[in-house]
Amino acid sequence: MSKRIDVNNLNVFYGSFLAVEDVSLSIEAKSVTAFIGPSGCGKSTFLRTLNRMHEVIPGARVEGEVLMDGLNLYDPQIDPVAVRRHVGMVFQRPNPFPTMSIAENVLAGVKLNNKRISKGDAEELVESSLRGANLWEEVKDRLDKPGSSLSGGQQQRLCIARAIAIKPDVLLMDEPCSALDPISTLAIEDLIQELKSEYTIVIVTHNMQQAARVSEKTAFFNIAGTGKPGKLIEMDDTTTIFSAPAEKATEDYISGRFG
Amino acid sequence: MTVTEKSGAEKVELTAHRRSVANGVFTGASAAAASLILVVLAAVAAFLLTEAWPALTMDAAELGDRISWIKPEDGQSLIQVTGYLVFGTVLIATMALLIATPLSIGIALFISHYAPRRLASGLGYIIDLLAAIPSVVYGLWGSIVLIPVLQPFYDFLGTYLGWFPLFATDPTTGTVSATGRVALSASLVLAIMVIPIISSVSREVFLQTPKLHEEAALAMGATRWEMIRMAVFPFGRSGVIGATMLGLGRALGETMAVYMILSVGLSYSWNVLLSGKHNTIASYIAGQFPEANAIGVSALIAMGLALFIITLLVNMAARWIVSRRSEFSGAN
Repeated sequence: MSKRIDVNNLNVFYGSFLAVEDVSLSIEAKSVTAFIGPSGCGKSTFLRTLNRMHEVIPGARVEGEVLMDGLNLYDPQIDPVAVRRHVGMVFQRPNPFPTMSIAENVLAGVKLNNKRISKGDAEELVESSLRGANLWEEVKDRLDKPGSSLSGGQQQRLCIARAIAIKPDVLLMDEPCSALDPISTLAIEDLIQELKSEYTIVIVTHNMQQAARVSEKTAFFNIAGTGKPGKLIEMDDTTTIFSAPAEKATEDYISGRFG
Repeated sequence: MTVTEKSGAEKVELTAHRRSVANGVFTGASAAAASLILVVLAAVAAFLLTEAWPALTMDAAELGDRISWIKPEDGQSLIQVTGYLVFGTVLIATMALLIATPLSIGIALFISHYAPRRLASGLGYIIDLLAAIPSVVYGLWGSIVLIPVLQPFYDFLGTYLGWFPLFATDPTTGTVSATGRVALSASLVLAIMVIPIISSVSREVFLQTPKLHEEAALAMGATRWEMIRMAVFPFGRSGVIGATMLGLGRALGETMAVYMILSVGLSYSWNVLLSGKHNTIASYIAGQFPEANAIGVSALIAMGLALFIITLLVNMAARWIVSRRSEFSGAN
């Protein structure tokens, strides 16, 4: 459970277009790392290389290494499907499966990994995952209702429950609160604080206050202009990034001068 | 007409004007188009009922005297003949769907989720072309090209799988039909005819699966096939059922291809490899209509009414299946 990630000289391509250039960084186990930066700077693209979701898009590929506790995820022998079972992901917009009930949604990933799960174990896992996502009290009486009957914030927490039900080593969150209201956002942020005791969490956010509130480390990505690749400008302790960044571009961004 | 004077020169008109006329015309036109469907449906139903009425109400013996192909004394009253035909129609159409649906879903999935993009568009285009072939050409092709190819295969089925009721051989000769003009041939040709319908509708539905749901499945470690089962099939379910029903509609009503392929007969036989056992309503009507007298036409229209009712029931059943889990459809 909960592994560290080291990225070495990673270049990300869409076909022949270089989208993210030469990123090297380390993500500590059992911590929250935030990626910030203006739109189109490649932070989401980079996040998706950490569980090989990037290559779902035709023509997308990477060069370089992503090491999870020393194991290169891009080694030819590694199966991307297996990677995704160890690195969970929560998306920008809540995406519970509309044809499944709340309980079925939580179990969706588990059923892929382990077809046979006893009814008792399944019920226990549904409860522990929903409790882990701070959703249990709200839905315990309607577990058989469709996931799409919940509010946006609840749906997003259901997606987190679904992701943690398969007990990943790392949890990636791609702007998990961008479609949510402030109250739901607060609930998710509280949840992230609880989850970091067990999981390595990487969160992409547009909201700098959010990065400041939830993360220990912050990485700032930027882009020189349209059509140019995104780059990692700097990465440091969140308090340092927000008080005394080393780079001028970071300071301009966090002080609201652009972006 | 309210006209506000604005600093003398410019006039701002606040009254309903030309745009709202266009709006009204469009509302009227779309409402008229929608009600036209109801009118046509009602007109067809009324036509079938009134025209079939004389044959439906006539005494069975008298009907037998006046129509050469109705023989109540041989157990072939109007009701009994229609019964055989309904059985044949449903049997042949069902077999066609059983063959066509899995193939069509496979084709649709290949085009929407497996094939490289360039191959996919070309293949989709070719499949759509299949729908453009006239049914009489299918009938010619089926009887001249396909049947000679299939006949040895039928022999094989009859010899080795004859214990299975559908493939049973003739008890007197111990073989299947030597001509191959059997119900299974008709079903196969019908299957080829409905594949473009089912696969093109299914393909469109599969392509509309939200990327969000596909990525949700992939991100938790689903293989492509698992992703399809988790995200694509549940999303496309009602669309595929609708597509199948469209295909069934065509298979039930198809006349020419069946008429040209099938060696006809009247029975409740499950032996789809024997000739002279089955016929469909549409093919029977086409066969008898040219030489039918007035009451004969009325009897044929009564059979048409039966076909109309079958398709109506099929469509209602499909609606019911689709609506049963609408809460989970994702439409909300």
